[in-house]
Amino acid sequence: MNWTLDKSRPICPQICELVCVAIANGEFSAGEKLFSVREIALLAGVNPNTVQKSFEELERRGVIHSVRCSGWYVNENIEAASSEVSALRMKKTQEYLAVMSQLGCQTDEIIRYINECQGGKQ
Amino acid sequence: MNELLKCTELTKSYGNVLALNKIDLTIEPGKVIGILGPNGSGKTTLIKLINGLLTPTSGSILVNGMTPGIETKKIVSYLPDNNFLMPWMTAEQIVELFCDFYEDFRPELAYEMLDRLGVPKNMRLKNLSKGNKEKVCLILIMSRNALLYVLDEPIAAVDPATRDYVISTIINNYNPDASVLISTHLISDIESVLDEAIFINRGHIMLHKTVDEIREEKGMSVDALFREVFKW
Repeated sequence: MNWTLDKSRPICPQICELVCVAIANGEFSAGEKLFSVREIALLAGVNPNTVQKSFEELERRGVIHSVRCSGWYVNENIEAASSEVSALRMKKTQEYLAVMSQLGCQTDEIIRYINECQGGKQ
Repeated sequence: MNELLKCTELTKSYGNVLALNKIDLTIEPGKVIGILGPNGSGKTTLIKLINGLLTPTSGSILVNGMTPGIETKKIVSYLPDNNFLMPWMTAEQIVELFCDFYEDFRPELAYEMLDRLGVPKNMRLKNLSKGNKEKVCLILIMSRNALLYVLDEPIAAVDPATRDYVISTIINNYNPDASVLISTHLISDIESVLDEAIFINRGHIMLHKTVDEIREEKGMSVDALFREVFKW
């Protein structure tokens, strides 16, 4: 997983997003043990308090849960993580559309550009 | 909640120059806090007051409920902004010296970090490069098991890779009972590891917030905010 963070945004929600994406991508499967707070703090180069806060937020949203004296685990039902990721996809798309409309593109033109890029890759 | 550091209307003047003007500041355990401010804003004065190297002109300062003195030096690990080690000693000799000096010193940790960062143990300090000297100082200070670490400009001379190592050392050393106070100009290097930032200017505290609050409210990094606030 890539732990690059954007320093101009609060770190806490970014950690939440990364964990949700990792779960949705299957890097952590349902019921699996997550990395410890300290491990993630070291990987991302952030404060352990921030990671702890992010985990508590994710627990509140029903993505992960803590087990006494053991650590943090992915919930059996990963519905919550998937819906977080869907919301994130929607947000990123909106951001992209906003950038493109600033560059003077209409929706049909944007679709043409996307098709062109896809074609270029294949 | 107990307070590791409590300043009440703390004032320090040098002659008729007011270095700190009625500062109120509280620091709780388990935090990493950056003291940020332009040159001559009072950062080092505050740090010297915490360590009892200066006495307040008025107001009070309490470290874990005590006025700075012999008892507080047992729980505060202080990295001064100038070189404080004897130049004719080797890193190994200084580790032994610190063992005798501080009950909470962990020599095995110091040796491990010296090896890891490739600092020659048997060379006299005066023959080490500036960055390596700084590493020795920092390793000594972080090898103590203190309640309050006070680092005055800790990473100015070391290379970026070593800065990352220093930051991971701070994370690794994290202890919910202890706090770390860092004064620095290299904000973007350390801001991701901070809990709180204190902006200090002309002896006043301009801002004392959690870094995520700053990013949330201003929509910019702490480094960017600093550049904006202290723009010439």
